[in-house]
Amino acid sequence: MLPALVESEARDRTGGVGVDLWRDCFQCGTCSAVCPLADYMDRNPRQMIATLRAGREEEILRSCGIWTCTSCYACTVACPKQVPLTDSIYALKREAMRQGVYPRRFPTPVMARQFVRTVDKWGRSTESRISLSFYLRTDPKQLLRHVRLGLRLLQAGRMSLRRESVPEPAQIRKMLEALEMAAGEAA
Amino acid sequence: MNYTYYPGCSARGTGRPYEESLQAVFEALGSGLDALDDWNCCGATAYPAVDMAKAFALSARNLALAEDARPGTEPVDLVAPCAGCYRALLRTERALSDGGGVADRVGGALRAAALHYEGRARTRHPLDVLVNDIGLDRIADAVVRPLEGLRVACYYGCLLVRPYATFDDQREPTSLERLVQAVGAEPVDWPLRTRCCGGSCYCGGPLVGVMPEATLELSRLLLEDAAQRGANVIVTVCPLCQFNLEAFQGQMSHKSGKPVRLTVSYFSQVVGLALGLDERALGIHRMLNWRLASTTGTKTTGANARA
Repeated sequence: MLPALVESEARDRTGGVGVDLWRDCFQCGTCSAVCPLADYMDRNPRQMIATLRAGREEEILRSCGIWTCTSCYACTVACPKQVPLTDSIYALKREAMRQGVYPRRFPTPVMARQFVRTVDKWGRSTESRISLSFYLRTDPKQLLRHVRLGLRLLQAGRMSLRRESVPEPAQIRKMLEALEMAAGEAA
Repeated sequence: MNYTYYPGCSARGTGRPYEESLQAVFEALGSGLDALDDWNCCGATAYPAVDMAKAFALSARNLALAEDARPGTEPVDLVAPCAGCYRALLRTERALSDGGGVADRVGGALRAAALHYEGRARTRHPLDVLVNDIGLDRIADAVVRPLEGLRVACYYGCLLVRPYATFDDQREPTSLERLVQAVGAEPVDWPLRTRCCGGSCYCGGPLVGVMPEATLELSRLLLEDAAQRGANVIVTVCPLCQFNLEAFQGQMSHKSGKPVRLTVSYFSQVVGLALGLDERALGIHRMLNWRLASTTGTKTTGANARA
């Protein structure tokens, strides 16, 4: 059985046709060959598909591999069967978040959640503040390593601790809440 | 003609010299960039990992604001210099024009914020505008200081050409090469020019912190290869690539035991130099290891080489 979450992503992309994204894959491995991050993944893109097809969705949802994808779309463009792999990995990340099974100590989901919280609240992200609180949450030692760079950026006028915000963050919140309500009604 | 301009969050931080140089170059060529009032984050590459519909809504709000800023029936170009923003806005544009459930939900969210997206807004990258609207002939005519002898590695990175290639070939893009040729420089042959630098992860400042090992290695590979091909400078079309390639060269040198030193410029800075614009106006004083001579583009060791 193919993962429902991937099928729903397919429906969104194709306007309801419901193409099964994984079916066309013939495991040629082109995706893994062109992926610049494959060496750093616990499962490379081809193995992700194989594992999903084996009905072991949970293994993938709990893996760090999907969170190592930088979404550079090299696999999507190279795939001879036009499997939209990058967007499917995005769907897997969302499902891992929804189920709360993402790797808690892996930095990218931590960063993604923090980014979302900031944007939800202020409508814009502030690079310096996001980095700062990211390092505090994950690896404070890294912060020390970057002190010099931070000072140089401050000096060059390329970093500021001033919080960036849209003039009326309430409007952003209203918009996002409308989506939450719509999702709640649909469920 | 002026263009509606979407700054993006990096323009308020590490990407400041990108914005400065773009504005200077556009102005010099007779087309101003009018920043969108009230713009918000596009959702970047991080938001879609958490909630796709919200990520679309965030980008859609900017598209709707761009249309509001230019009422009428004509298409509205929205110029987005960050490749991450460019892709996020473009993806949203396409998802909404495809219709379906997501488009309805996002339309509803916009209504809740008293906004409406008609479908007139078109996301453009400034490279596309310079090469295809303003045109290489006009740019070449405006050159007062041809960058003779400057060997340029033209870096496209990932998101300008993937998954959508709107104005160039996806696998063998040439816009940047043609642009740097028009200003007198010489592009080097560089097959790795669309390979990811590792910095696309998230718009979060020193991005290398998210996955330092992988990111440093991906970037080092690009810098080393460009240098081996005789490039004096890498030009970039994205603030994340630029920063990622520029800011961690010391760490890379330390880790690999081989010195990694190469100027990494925004493409607009190189064009601006050829147009004879002031270095300060191009934000060059803000660069971390700029090694191009200040009077011409021909030397690789300038007064500020050791700065």
